[in-house]
Amino acid sequence: MEHKVLLSANEAVAQAAYHAGCTVAAAYPGTPSTEVMENIAKLKDAIRCEWSVNEKVAAEVAIGASLAGARTLVAMKHVGLNVAMDPIMTFTFVGAVGGMVVIVADDPGMHSSQNEQDSRVLAKFARVPVFEPSDSQEAYDMTHAAFDLSEQFEVPVFIRLTTRTSHASTLVNIDPDAPRKEVVSKGYTKDIIRNVAVPAYARPMRARVEKRTEALRNFAANSEFNRVEKGDNHLGFVTAGISYQYVKEVFPEFSVLKLGLSNPLPVETIRNFAATVDRLVVVEELDPLLEEQIRAAGIAVVDVKTPLRMMELNPMRITALRQELLGDATPPPVQSTLDGLPNRPPVLCAGCSHRGVFYILAKLKATVAGDIGCYTLGAFAPLSAMDTTICMGASIGSALGMEKAGMDGRIAAVIGDSTFLHSGITGLLNVAYNRGTITTVILDNSITAMTGHQKNPGSGTTITGAETVTIDIAAICRAVGIKRVCEVDAYNLAELERVLKEELDAPEASVVIAKGPCVIATKANVGATPYVVDPNKCTACGLCFKLGCPAILRGEAVGKRFKSAIDPAACIGCDQCRQVCKFNAISPRS
Amino acid sequence: MNISLVGVGGQGILLTSEILSRTAALAGMDVKKSEIHGMAQRGGSVISQVRFGARVFSPIIINGMSDILVAFEKTEALRWRPLLKAGGKALVNNQEILPITVSSGQQPAVENPDSKLGEFFGDSLSTINAAALSSEAGNPRTANMVIAGALSTLTPFTADLWHEAMAGRIPAKLLDVNLKAFEAGRAAISAP
Repeated sequence: MEHKVLLSANEAVAQAAYHAGCTVAAAYPGTPSTEVMENIAKLKDAIRCEWSVNEKVAAEVAIGASLAGARTLVAMKHVGLNVAMDPIMTFTFVGAVGGMVVIVADDPGMHSSQNEQDSRVLAKFARVPVFEPSDSQEAYDMTHAAFDLSEQFEVPVFIRLTTRTSHASTLVNIDPDAPRKEVVSKGYTKDIIRNVAVPAYARPMRARVEKRTEALRNFAANSEFNRVEKGDNHLGFVTAGISYQYVKEVFPEFSVLKLGLSNPLPVETIRNFAATVDRLVVVEELDPLLEEQIRAAGIAVVDVKTPLRMMELNPMRITALRQELLGDATPPPVQSTLDGLPNRPPVLCAGCSHRGVFYILAKLKATVAGDIGCYTLGAFAPLSAMDTTICMGASIGSALGMEKAGMDGRIAAVIGDSTFLHSGITGLLNVAYNRGTITTVILDNSITAMTGHQKNPGSGTTITGAETVTIDIAAICRAVGIKRVCEVDAYNLAELERVLKEELDAPEASVVIAKGPCVIATKANVGATPYVVDPNKCTACGLCFKLGCPAILRGEAVGKRFKSAIDPAACIGCDQCRQVCKFNAISPRS
Repeated sequence: MNISLVGVGGQGILLTSEILSRTAALAGMDVKKSEIHGMAQRGGSVISQVRFGARVFSPIIINGMSDILVAFEKTEALRWRPLLKAGGKALVNNQEILPITVSSGQQPAVENPDSKLGEFFGDSLSTINAAALSSEAGNPRTANMVIAGALSTLTPFTADLWHEAMAGRIPAKLLDVNLKAFEAGRAAISAP
């Protein structure tokens, strides 16, 4: 029986994949997309799913499944799409057999990302259709439609989510017990001319892609997902995705052309709509992708002055647009906040095994090329032990580049296990091959921690909990040509310091694997005896504060300095502060 | 109605906002819940927003538009005050969690936060001691349900509907202690 349930768009996509007969799904975790695959995994008997080692591999798994005739889904965040674009750019030439849906979740405003980018631009570049849901019901319906469209036009289809759809829950009319659609696999057909992208075969594919784009444009013009909501025709809005909700919130009385299937752009639909309104306004989040195409088609669009191009939209910014267009919008009065409130940035957890590595790297005054993960927090005070962060895997190559540029001093790359397996191995191979001497520090907690503790090839189990090989990271490092590889207990600071100093100063490339569990994933040391500071021994030297542990609090003031105290509820007895203290003031609570 | 729930990772904010959302859905209303929780487990600020009514468009509540601000932590109540509309209600848990910027000495703590809260929110302020009430109810980990109970008195939903939403989300073996915590929060805020 149909009823309304509250689902995030990520959950709705997973439900729809199940109901639409998807049988193969692959992803690499990344906020805000992660829950798509986590929810698909709950249907593990129905959909063969995996955490792939990176988004490129995930896309390739989906491509293979599609060519084998299965309905397939691949999910990633926007920066993951950059990694996956290589196979996608050619598969758009070859074309899908079984329906292939690419879920890509953008993060406008960079709540949890290193950059802001609009995936619709890459979809247009790849000549693939894009659905832009504005809530979870649409995410559900569009996922169904995307599988059908993919098969009808033999094209991978994108669904562009954003943080405010992926992580917003809205009501969905759904029958969770409805039977799965019986989709008979199209099976595999050997067809070398169709499936082998070599120049001779790719040239006719190229022409077919352009023809297909025009056919898709006609399809979009008639799609139920592109609809006009008639209202006062003094203004007409063209909008898509979450922006639609903000337009309806702030301009409820005006006409709207809501684009759910926004690429290829149904230009004639827009021209017809424009003819019914006095002024046409385009509202879209991030890049002016629709607007530029509409203008290029010679359709007049209001030249909006309100800045809407960067960062997340919200009703406040659209209210500013209303003030510009109509002069009748007053934002609500806003009460002030307290000046000088202390910030509350995220921090490495109490007892985190990454903390000591950064403490020692800072002490050794190493230049640290960093990477993407919880450990990026090592960049912030008081540790301040990371110099650069670019993208997944960039630490190793960029550290080598620093060396090649002739930088003085100790140079380290710091990368987590999951990121190393995602795209660090090739960088390390490059260091060995090109005779680098940098030290790569792999923070190995055997899990993909930041996105919520997903399994990876170092974990020993798959997404469904099935046992599998546990990858030997040290063996990989040796196999790519690094001779100096050692493993260190991440909690043993003296040993860490000795090893890091030796390896950083060695005249050849080295890898130090700092091993320690993710304390929140493993609940390591839960119930362990918390540590305590003896105020009689504490000299208020402040050294333990430099660890940046949230369990270490300010105690009694001594002049301008403070003795430390330990929050017994937060401390998990990791022992790092005891090792740092020069006055034996810290010990397990007796 | 617009309700913003703010606090620190690990305080149970997301479960509370989910139960609120489910309660609104059970009442037959349209509802949207939006949250930012990228690194919530690592001690950062957490915010979840719930809107419900006949028809809801934006999932985001902008500054000056929250009917209720529920703060699980005092500094966060002060931080997110701009969300609250003039005349809106502030429900603040009587707990202070010092951010790392304070415990490591980079920034000073808020001086006398209780008087700041009184000054900022005036008559619209209700405070609750969720830690004490949840311990009395039998489990300190149910502090978020104490806050949910207190919040329930400010919403148009019956206690029964809240209970139904809780039963639909909380594992059976933990339901009783959570319901007790919820009722403790409800009683505490209803008492004059």
